[in-house]
Amino acid sequence: MQFGNRRKKLIVNAQTEQLYGHCLQFYSQSPTENISLSEFETFAVERLKLLKTVENLGVSYVKTSEQYTKKLDTEFSSLNFPFRSEKSSSGPSEYEKRRKDHISHFILRLAYCQTEDLRRWFIQQEIDLFRYRFNCLNSKSKREFLHLNNLRYDTVSVMEKTNLAEKLINSSFAVSGITVEDQDFYKVPFQDALDLVRTRKVYLKEGFVYVPHMEIVTIVLNDFRTRLSKALALTARSLPAVQSDERLQPLLNHLSHAYVGQDYSIQKSIGKISLDQIETLSAKSYPLCMRQLHRALRESHHLRHGGRMQYGLFLKGVGLTLDQALQFWRSEFVKGKVDADKFDKAYAYSIRHMFGKEGKRTDYTPYSCMKVILSNPPSQGDHHGCPFRHTDPELLKQKLQSYKVSPGGMSLMLSLVVFYFSYQTKCFCSVQIEDSGFSLNHPNQYFLESQKLLGGPGAVAGGKGDVKREDIATPKPSNVARKNTLVSSLRNRHQVTGPQLAASLTCTLKTPVSTSTVLPLSNVF
Amino acid sequence: MNPVECCGRKFRCKFARAQTSVKQLQGTVSSLSFVIVFFSHLYVCMITLEMPAAVYDQASLPDLLPLYYRRLFPFSQYYRWLNYGGVTKNYFQNREFSFTLKDDIYVRYQSFSTQSELEKEMQKMNPYKIDIGAVYSHRPNQHNTVKSGCFQALEKELVFDIDMTDYDDVRSCCSAADICPKCWPLMTIAIRILDRALREDFGFRHCLWVYSGRRGIHCWVCDEAARKLSVAARSAVAEYLSLVKGGEETVRKVVLTDPIHPFIRESLAVVEHYFTQYALLGQDILGSKEATDKVLGLVPEDVKKELLIEFKTEKNPERRWGRLTTMAQNKRTTVKKGHYFEKEIMLQYCYPRLDVNVSKGVNHLLKSPFSVHPKTGRISVPIDLRELDRFNPFEVPTISLICEELDLPKMAGEEEDQEDPKENDKEAGERRKIRDYKRTSLAKYVKLFDQFLEEMARSRKGELIKKSDLQKDF
Repeated sequence: MQFGNRRKKLIVNAQTEQLYGHCLQFYSQSPTENISLSEFETFAVERLKLLKTVENLGVSYVKTSEQYTKKLDTEFSSLNFPFRSEKSSSGPSEYEKRRKDHISHFILRLAYCQTEDLRRWFIQQEIDLFRYRFNCLNSKSKREFLHLNNLRYDTVSVMEKTNLAEKLINSSFAVSGITVEDQDFYKVPFQDALDLVRTRKVYLKEGFVYVPHMEIVTIVLNDFRTRLSKALALTARSLPAVQSDERLQPLLNHLSHAYVGQDYSIQKSIGKISLDQIETLSAKSYPLCMRQLHRALRESHHLRHGGRMQYGLFLKGVGLTLDQALQFWRSEFVKGKVDADKFDKAYAYSIRHMFGKEGKRTDYTPYSCMKVILSNPPSQGDHHGCPFRHTDPELLKQKLQSYKVSPGGMSLMLSLVVFYFSYQTKCFCSVQIEDSGFSLNHPNQYFLESQKLLGGPGAVAGGKGDVKREDIATPKPSNVARKNTLVSSLRNRHQVTGPQLAASLTCTLKTPVSTSTVLPLSNVF
Repeated sequence: MNPVECCGRKFRCKFARAQTSVKQLQGTVSSLSFVIVFFSHLYVCMITLEMPAAVYDQASLPDLLPLYYRRLFPFSQYYRWLNYGGVTKNYFQNREFSFTLKDDIYVRYQSFSTQSELEKEMQKMNPYKIDIGAVYSHRPNQHNTVKSGCFQALEKELVFDIDMTDYDDVRSCCSAADICPKCWPLMTIAIRILDRALREDFGFRHCLWVYSGRRGIHCWVCDEAARKLSVAARSAVAEYLSLVKGGEETVRKVVLTDPIHPFIRESLAVVEHYFTQYALLGQDILGSKEATDKVLGLVPEDVKKELLIEFKTEKNPERRWGRLTTMAQNKRTTVKKGHYFEKEIMLQYCYPRLDVNVSKGVNHLLKSPFSVHPKTGRISVPIDLRELDRFNPFEVPTISLICEELDLPKMAGEEEDQEDPKENDKEAGERRKIRDYKRTSLAKYVKLFDQFLEEMARSRKGELIKKSDLQKDF
């Protein structure tokens, strides 16, 4: 099983030049040397730490802001990955770093190629990482990189540039009259510049996007994303052969599970919820998004597709069985314009589909907050989405009022909403459960935690700070000092510190491996 | 012989013949007798023919559909379209169709090897609705025999679906599935904006715009490049074209910031062209207090306060709008940050609202052109962009109308067509069938479709020539 096409072993010097001539690379050639098992493990763990940091920082800060860059810089150097190109561009330590970068990437490919979710996460973090590193390069290094990787696009003629000058300037905030004069513009087919097209940040004509040299990073990223996607697909197909090496199997499993949080598809409480409980549960333990959906369903006896998916899967995570779900939806819809027959024909299928009983039988997992916020924004007639992200602040205030949140609690929440509005993607229901020491990223998690708090005598596991067992929907009013600590504690929750992650990983890695400690990578990749 | 105009439609009939000869005798016969002949002609026409607005009843579909699929559905054009010149092997054979049959029975993964197989199946099943899906890696009707994971949707036209329901928050005349001449201009605006963007920005040449039959329009972008687009690319195109964002909970659905992209400028130009007639006069958005308040909800507080005062005395909607626009322009010259609220309002009330999910999926099924809409009976017909402003959805033929037109007494002109003795039964049947739809109101729409197909064929030929030139293949 081969990834790169090269079986021959190269002399170290020549290899250095080829693979590690530039501090940044596309990872198109797989590594072929021998490394020790312990190095294999270390590399993998450190890159995972790096990617985890990338994820967390990406959530808390705008990806091109100064704070983001500074924090990522620190993490980079502490983990010993190739840093900016100006510093020590040659010499053994830089070579070591680049080698580590190269090999660790490929190891993580093995761990993250198996499911759609893992792949998506891995690609997202690697892209963010790549973007950060590319932006750190000076323009000479950027040009070098483009040359090395054969990214050649047609340049726009001076005449065409002058004719289109005004349109070019109006297409992008970053492009001024000077940019048009000084910089080269490239004509890139729009399929290669989807991110720029999607956000309308570029001039588009006759199917070509007119990109100034300084924006070329987006094009490069697109290229990288396509390559990585294809590579992961290939990796997945060849994985069984790798997994047969019993030294690697446990490590790879632990790597991928260390990331994936609970997906709430395994319902421990399945069948333990009865349908009449749903109304009370909705008032007590539903996060705001689900409450909104539930209310809309009760009021208009109908929900559109997006709402049905989001709420339906949440209910599955809460513990409804397929039969209960069918009964629930049918009873609601029948009160509206849909008769029982039509329901069975048109809507029952999609509910069964949600439970993995139709079509390709995928057992869909309930949506996490990230998914609710980032995909499928609601439009006219929809009630799904995240209220903290998809609702006007004024309306949100009214809504919270109707859910009996006290004015003090509300102003705190709203100030946080405004503060985090552009950057934060975590659900704000976490504010309702004050200071309980965990970060919220899934509606079903909210439900479970709320039930734990309301239900049994046990407090939230591992919670620091006070956990009140009063009605969750009414946080106490707070003064400025409390507000500051709450803000900072929320902010801190989103950093996974190195030691924490290492701790969680090392304990899972203490599984017996076979005695041989040297791993020829050419056999792996 | 010249056709005679009666009831606004041209007829050739025995009475008309009589009338023309009467005209020739006008010199000698008194004008009174002429009038009598004319009116008796009219009377006879009225009792033997239905008026154009034929009454459609969903219960009659089981009788009408067989007739439609046997004698009217343009199978050869349909096949010509989906075959795309036979350039790619098995392109037609691997295309998924889905049928909705009587009693809401829904069947997917239908596929056909030839045009005649398609015809026979459709004539056998008489589907109420037909949807077109993607071209797959294998024949859809054999998908169960394919190893799991290998059966993939490969290509499909890039499609758009604009539904009048999505504009309910900005139209006061209708809601839900209803449409009327007052709100139809929204579709006209949508077509103009999107067609321009697809052509000029994305470089797509072959866009087929179709009336869905009830409350909206579809667009099928048939260029080869469009058919090959990935999910990510389709989603990017759809987002590029989206300006109105937000659901029930969002008041301000359009947000414009500096700089204003050329695409937005072009779209605004189209909206501005229609805005006065459609929004200010037709929808009366600055007439009643309720409507005006909604508009003012999209305007900054200080401007709103001032306008409320001015509107106490100024009641004329056009002048009101003028004041609003002026205030926006003033704000732009004084305040540093761009205030584009008058443009945002225009876009929120008029800009096309497309369903991104329809456009995203390669395997998404969409209602086929020339299928019937069961609730209205209207045929899903192509829209002529050259006559866009005159398109009237209420004049689109219903299946009952065209079936009745089939029953019209044979035109005198047709009797003159000689049957070719060398022709066999099948060819004669074909010819008869071709003549059949031509006798109905469906004719002009099939002709439009033909022109669209002709354009594509020409462009394919052009591409082949280019390719062979490049390969130096003489």
